[in-house]
Amino acid sequence: MMEKVLTRNIGADLKPTDLSAYEKNGGYQGLKKAMKDLSPKDCQDLVSASNLRGRGGAGFPTGMKWSFVPSGENCTPGHKYLVCNADEMEPGAFKDRLLMEYDPHQLIEGMILAAYTIGADLSYIFIRGEYIVSIQRLRDALAECYLKGYLGKDILGSGFNLDMYVHPSAGRYICGEETALINALEGKRANPRAKPPFPQVSGLWGRPTIVNNVETLCNIPHIIDRGSEWFKSLGRGEDSGTKLFGVSGRVKSPGCWELPMGTPIREILEDCAGGMQDGLQLKGFLPGGGSTDFLVPEHLDLPMDYNVIGKAGSRMGTGTLIILDDQTCPVGMVLNLIRFFAHESCGFCTPCREGLPWTRQVLVDIEEGRGTNKDLDTLAFQINYIGAIGNTHCALAPGAMEPLQSAMKYFREDFDRHVSGKSCPYHSHQKSLSNKTSGVH
Amino acid sequence: MNNSQIIQTDMTGILTQEEINQIDTELAHIPYKSGAAIDALKIVQANRGWVSDECLQAIAKHLEMSPEDLEGVATFYNLIYRRPVGEKVILFCDSVSCWVCGCDNVKKKLSKRLDIDYGQTTNDNMYTLLPVPCLGACDRAPVMMVGDDLFTNLTEDSIDQLFPDSNPKDNQ
Repeated sequence: MMEKVLTRNIGADLKPTDLSAYEKNGGYQGLKKAMKDLSPKDCQDLVSASNLRGRGGAGFPTGMKWSFVPSGENCTPGHKYLVCNADEMEPGAFKDRLLMEYDPHQLIEGMILAAYTIGADLSYIFIRGEYIVSIQRLRDALAECYLKGYLGKDILGSGFNLDMYVHPSAGRYICGEETALINALEGKRANPRAKPPFPQVSGLWGRPTIVNNVETLCNIPHIIDRGSEWFKSLGRGEDSGTKLFGVSGRVKSPGCWELPMGTPIREILEDCAGGMQDGLQLKGFLPGGGSTDFLVPEHLDLPMDYNVIGKAGSRMGTGTLIILDDQTCPVGMVLNLIRFFAHESCGFCTPCREGLPWTRQVLVDIEEGRGTNKDLDTLAFQINYIGAIGNTHCALAPGAMEPLQSAMKYFREDFDRHVSGKSCPYHSHQKSLSNKTSGVH
Repeated sequence: MNNSQIIQTDMTGILTQEEINQIDTELAHIPYKSGAAIDALKIVQANRGWVSDECLQAIAKHLEMSPEDLEGVATFYNLIYRRPVGEKVILFCDSVSCWVCGCDNVKKKLSKRLDIDYGQTTNDNMYTLLPVPCLGACDRAPVMMVGDDLFTNLTEDSIDQLFPDSNPKDNQ
């Protein structure tokens, strides 16, 4: 059995961890150690040396991200901000909810340490509004921290001041993009910003800002408390630490488990999720959420490491696998994803605002048996045009093209059968092909 | 909060003092008034269920924004309602994992039972049905929220249990 790190306070009984339970199990040791013995520079060095990579999906090295924040003489006087991205909305991702609902103090300790490292005095947990339970438990935990002196003025006598707020979002997938998130925090429409300037130098209210994912921040207390070498030793492959991996779709036991980085996909799918439901075969899977490329059974023995999954043509993303079985239509699944991304486009740039609904309509036609070979050419064009980074303002539309391009690569025969047979060859799966997704706006 | 401030900022008396107090609490850690736009919309909506034109104008005035600017913000976000909604909003997840696990049939059953499609409210004003981006409970798909509560592992039978048919003859 591997050592549980991020989920050590999350038992089978799913009892939420309050301050006393968190401290009883070693909680706030990292904070006490840092406030007493470590400078911000020491903390920065520990995190950099740990090779922790961002768990929100992009896998950017956390220490490097932090190192871009100006400090000392390089920084003009004023606030610096630490923001936790708790806007978990990637289709198929369900890991941050677990960490926040059942161990809110782990996230808060990670945020205090991150804020201390970069010199932030204000911090926000930007959380999706639908996470009602998480919002309440985080607010309760913040109140406990203020009473205990872990937040507020002169934390544990160190002279370090930090205030923290929970900011429930008003919705929209695009808020997960860090500059869109910052605009939302500023009370604006959540259109992503042009980069540069990067948030590390000019983010919230034009001040230096770090935005980190929930799971990334939950790793920090352990790295500070137990060191970077220990953290690196947790991984089975080239990446450090553990990771929450999840499986959804028609498997026997869908769920979310903490496993070492570098765990082979087969172990996650077969040992943890119990394999496919009876009568179903694995056809393919999205390894890290709705905006990652399909992989297929031949990839099952690859370890879940950022670079390995990247070399295989996909991304590890959030580490939450979505399973496509052999009785579910790949065209229908891609249509569902493209419909989602078309709906969630912020509308700022033309390839995304116009291109995604166009792509959706082509897929509707193919799925409903009206598709032609020319439609398949149109999809190939869209993949090349919308999928190219640089043609769009942000990564939403290129991300949307990832499942489409890989589906056309691995399941091309299915697309062709829709066109030649003039109908969807999958009958077991009832599809709603209504284009109506209008809300009350 | 003193009364003179309320008179200055909301001369029409549309917003309640409690709403204004809550908005001003948010303003304490925000450097520009317009920065509280989304918070203010959410505060008023939490109190009234939705944001009317009158409320939107009152909030805009309080935050020293143009109503048009605030409207641009309000209509961007799917959890801000600019039309009246039922007592409870049903946020139905139709994203990929729920779709693979058969949410379309659950949605059909739900729509039939309540006689509403996305964007509509039941005649008795109890429920408004809206689609929502992935609710982050994909291991328990299909899922939906009814008001503040999450319902998981949905089947057509669970719709029967959650919304008993008041007129069983319609349900052959």
